[in-house]
Amino acid sequence: MTAVPDALVVEAVAGPVLVQDDGRPGWAHLGVPRSGAADTASAGLARRLVGAPDGSALLEVVLGGLTGRLESPRGRWIAVTGAPAPLRVEGRAAPHATAVWCPAGARVSLGVPATGLRSYLALGHGLAVSPGLGSGLGAVLGSASTDTMSGLGPAPVRPGDQLPLAAGQGSPAPAAGLLPLGHDWPVPSVRRGSLRLHPGPRSSWARGASGEDALGALTAGVWEVGAASDRVGVRLHGADGAVLVPTGTQELPSEGVVLGAVQVPPSGQPVVFLADHPTTGGYPVVAVVDPADLPALAQARPGERVTFTRAPR
Amino acid sequence: MDAAGPVSAPGPVVPRLLPCGPGAWLVEVDGPQEAAGLATHLRTRLGAGLREVVPGATSVLVETAPGGPRGRGLGPEALGRVVDDWAPAAAGSQQAPAVVVPVTYDGEDLPVLAEAWGCTVAEVVRRHTAASFVSVFCGFAPGFAYLAGEDGSWPVSVPRLASPRPRVPAGSVALAGGWCGVYPTASPGGWRLLGRTDVVLFDAGADRPALLAPGTRVRFVDAAQERGGDGRA
Repeated sequence: MTAVPDALVVEAVAGPVLVQDDGRPGWAHLGVPRSGAADTASAGLARRLVGAPDGSALLEVVLGGLTGRLESPRGRWIAVTGAPAPLRVEGRAAPHATAVWCPAGARVSLGVPATGLRSYLALGHGLAVSPGLGSGLGAVLGSASTDTMSGLGPAPVRPGDQLPLAAGQGSPAPAAGLLPLGHDWPVPSVRRGSLRLHPGPRSSWARGASGEDALGALTAGVWEVGAASDRVGVRLHGADGAVLVPTGTQELPSEGVVLGAVQVPPSGQPVVFLADHPTTGGYPVVAVVDPADLPALAQARPGERVTFTRAPR
Repeated sequence: MDAAGPVSAPGPVVPRLLPCGPGAWLVEVDGPQEAAGLATHLRTRLGAGLREVVPGATSVLVETAPGGPRGRGLGPEALGRVVDDWAPAAAGSQQAPAVVVPVTYDGEDLPVLAEAWGCTVAEVVRRHTAASFVSVFCGFAPGFAYLAGEDGSWPVSVPRLASPRPRVPAGSVALAGGWCGVYPTASPGGWRLLGRTDVVLFDAGADRPALLAPGTRVRFVDAAQERGGDGRA
């Protein structure tokens, strides 16, 4: 029995390319990080554009550089969202954040985006995921997300991988009428405005250098995204050298932390937790970034500047 | 109860709700066993309304599910009422059978611990197998449980290594601070190594993925003695 392939066959990978879906919420008490797409807004848009199910698996591509071929008996709608990596289908340039028809056998490539960090490539019906052993990507605790911290989920995508596509019913349709014609869909970006901050559980455990409270210091400063930032967290450095100052020498017993938590380690340089963050931590969380603003932070490149504002109560 | 033990505190402290952004709160409690107890209470009472219930060393993080009944998430008042309903169980009231973890006591740090405690290696093993532990919370890695001595049965504090080992093998049984833990997978680690076990700590495909989920009671036995004692290979 010869199975007809229905897969995206990966030919070249430049930076990290990861399979992501909605991750593994609900298992944090066992030490399992949430994982899932770092920029959930762009991932959701890509799925809707190609008519793939909510939460279905797609590819998260850091700084472009992915080439693959659609080995399938039929074509698929595809879309790239997030960082606007130039998309080519069989060598022909295709628009960003738009459903594009990819014929069977066609080569798909994502170039390096001029802005942003993470592009999302969704294919009609989504990538195939199966629990346990099966023809799809193996699901772990209900998710095919690659968790870069715990190692759960599939290995990062490599050349030669055959990423199986979900069969689905009928021909997946692009989401007609989702966007007004000619609409320039905004890529989430920290340049569009300040990120909204909520008070964290330990807001009094750190202060600014001139004595203002932690939220005051965070909203007054200009912060630069550090080079060591990843899916675990965005490391921030004060653009003018500003740091937060821990208020005591008391040790904090380990406690649960949320997505978007702004943690202040002894260095005073805050870390904002993204999708693969640890489930518990021993450094104080002084603030929490509004979940709606995390996609912008997930798209910030090292060196980009971030400002904060207090979320309205 | 140990008659020479500390007198219990006069009445429970009313747990505090600390904000953690939209729809999430950290509830502070007195200690590790209260954290595990409150986490169970909240799951029982609020199950479907919650996305995460994450016990910590002296706290429980509660994250409400988005939406919920009639599109409204659980509010702090409702959560506060359910927290107020909870009464910490009396110490020693947990009667669930303990998970027994056989350990081959050949850890690199056994001699250091024996020297620090002024005893023999055999005595370190005896103390560790005599204690009863409870899983308070997980963190660091999937299935890595922070185990505390129940009812003062592990009155020990062990400093971490100044610089972590680059690789600690899976199944390593180790100590740090007042905690005992078992590494589910090989990883870097700064805890002091007592020995190793073959039990599987984390199996994502199992109905209960973590062997030592919060609230689980744990006892360690000397694998060498077990083999000698009952004649099994």
